[in-house]
Amino acid sequence: MSLFKPRVPLAPLEYTKRLWMRAWVGLVLFFLYAPLLTLIAFSFNDSRRGNVVWRGFTFDYYEKALNNESLMIAMGNSLTIALISTIVSVVIGALAAVMLWRFRFPGKTATEGAMALPIVVPEICMGVAMLVFFAKIGFPTDLPWPFSLGAIIIAHITFCFPFVTMVVRSRLTSFNREEEEAAKDLGATEWQAFRDVLLPHMKPGLVAGALLAFTLSLDDFVITFFTSGPNTITFPVKVYSMVRFSVTPEVNAASALLIALTVILTTIALKVQSRMGGTPQGH
Amino acid sequence: MATAPKQPIISIQNVTKRFGAVAAVDNISLDIMPGEFFVLLGPSGCGKTTLLRMIAGFEVPTEGRIVIDGQDMAHVSPNKRPVNMVFQSYAVFPHMTVTENVGYGLRIARVPSSEIKSRVEEALALVKLDGFGGRRPDQLSGGQRQRVALARSLVMRPKVLLLDEPLSALDAKLRAAMQFELADLQEQVGITFVTVTHDQDEALSMAGRIAVINKGLVAQLSTPSDLYEFPANRFVADFIGSVNLFDGRLTVDEPDRAIVDCPEIGRIYLNHGVTGPHDANVHVALRPEKIAMIPEAKGKPTAPECPEGDNIAHGQIRGMSYLGDITIYEVKLDSGRVIRVSRPNLSRYDQEDFTWEDKVWLSWHGSSPVVLQS
Repeated sequence: MSLFKPRVPLAPLEYTKRLWMRAWVGLVLFFLYAPLLTLIAFSFNDSRRGNVVWRGFTFDYYEKALNNESLMIAMGNSLTIALISTIVSVVIGALAAVMLWRFRFPGKTATEGAMALPIVVPEICMGVAMLVFFAKIGFPTDLPWPFSLGAIIIAHITFCFPFVTMVVRSRLTSFNREEEEAAKDLGATEWQAFRDVLLPHMKPGLVAGALLAFTLSLDDFVITFFTSGPNTITFPVKVYSMVRFSVTPEVNAASALLIALTVILTTIALKVQSRMGGTPQGH
Repeated sequence: MATAPKQPIISIQNVTKRFGAVAAVDNISLDIMPGEFFVLLGPSGCGKTTLLRMIAGFEVPTEGRIVIDGQDMAHVSPNKRPVNMVFQSYAVFPHMTVTENVGYGLRIARVPSSEIKSRVEEALALVKLDGFGGRRPDQLSGGQRQRVALARSLVMRPKVLLLDEPLSALDAKLRAAMQFELADLQEQVGITFVTVTHDQDEALSMAGRIAVINKGLVAQLSTPSDLYEFPANRFVADFIGSVNLFDGRLTVDEPDRAIVDCPEIGRIYLNHGVTGPHDANVHVALRPEKIAMIPEAKGKPTAPECPEGDNIAHGQIRGMSYLGDITIYEVKLDSGRVIRVSRPNLSRYDQEDFTWEDKVWLSWHGSSPVVLQS
């Protein structure tokens, strides 16, 4: 770089060409992804213990993780919980969003506030409250497998559905009510108008809300920790208990698998959404 | 009852709609006849759209009845009414193709799919959208979207088609073309059209009859030309077209003539009686295009069919606005009052080329002024 090279002045909005801006973006990306990439890289590290020295490439720890029965059970629990709570949260959350958007009723503001509460209440409080609640009502702890996850699922739905409501509601504000009236005018009943006009409009919000709920449920630790029993260990709780002894490459491998899984699921969801013409139209 | 007159397709009977304490529609009664192109015209917020939405069933009257085709609509929901509506925003379903949009109502009505196909094609041809069936709404222009909305309603073969400000979102050229097209379409399909608009040009050009609505009341109901030439009150005179309004006193009112003394413009003579209260305060409306203007140098004129000295005013041109086909002049009368006069530009080089500061004589025919009592 010559110091005497004539400089072409930058246009005001050419931020991407400014050095300090590039450095800033680079730093942000580094802090975001360096830990994740390290985790994935060291899941291939051929080292028995400790995670800091590279000793060669191996798939051993993936094999080990996949053969670790309790880890796999925990993974299965986590996915089951996430799936069920996502479905229920989307249904409840979407209905709540439609209710808050469509109707005026006494105590609406209070309802809205109460619904947003799980978003702002510290997780630890929610966790303790859930623990006390389930103990007080004597929630059965000895149910067979999918039902034994009931307490965790209920807890997850409680903090997931407000997020769905929030996302769907903001999507609803762009809905042109005349479309719904047009459907009714053409003979549609209330339900048909909802199904044929409002629901397609809500769809991007529903997909986004579902993704949000799924991720929130999958990686929740605090609330789950308080509501899980010895037979209902979830993946984050299991990883926590494993890390208490040492951070083995096995944990890294399992985490890398989880990351891969969520990335794949998200990609599929977004693909499905765009294929179904989810691109929202203005006005 | 063979002698009975034609039954109205829509009968609005003493309908009132209140939102809180405000009456958006205040005890309106009117009948709309089958096959009519009926326009509800009024400024924004006058209650015209509320009235239309009550016909469609999206609002429920606080008082009164709406009868469509002999059936009281009190407990009939919008999806069961024999009317269809074209919405102001067109409300074309964005996630459906044009064909799916137009066929929506028929699918809901469980019409066999072969019939849906032919009827949709027919409707698209009617609005000149053949070949657009596979497009999505975001690939259409505003005008095309409106045609989709029209086709979507017409395909249902309603008894009445309601149109809410159908042309307000189109640009001026397209709007003018659509005015003719809508009128043609209405003639072609023979369905009663009820249109809401705030645009008087639109109303005058398309309507068979116009109800001018103001503050929830019908200010006047008549044909476009009657509205323009025989306004019933100051609101209508002022709202439809451009007008000069004068306050005056009705001093002579006989079967064949009337005289109103207006301080601002002098004696206004009418070649017919007005049967108004004698010696009462009245208003006189005078349209700008009905005033003749000559240069002062040509001498004081005599207005046609008027006694000498009546229907004449002297003034000076204070402003002019050239519109191509006509020119509008602002003339300051000797009294200080400024009035508008419009002249068609009959030739490319006007012999009497008026300009600013010119002194002029104005005159008008004895049949031109309209006396208004309210």
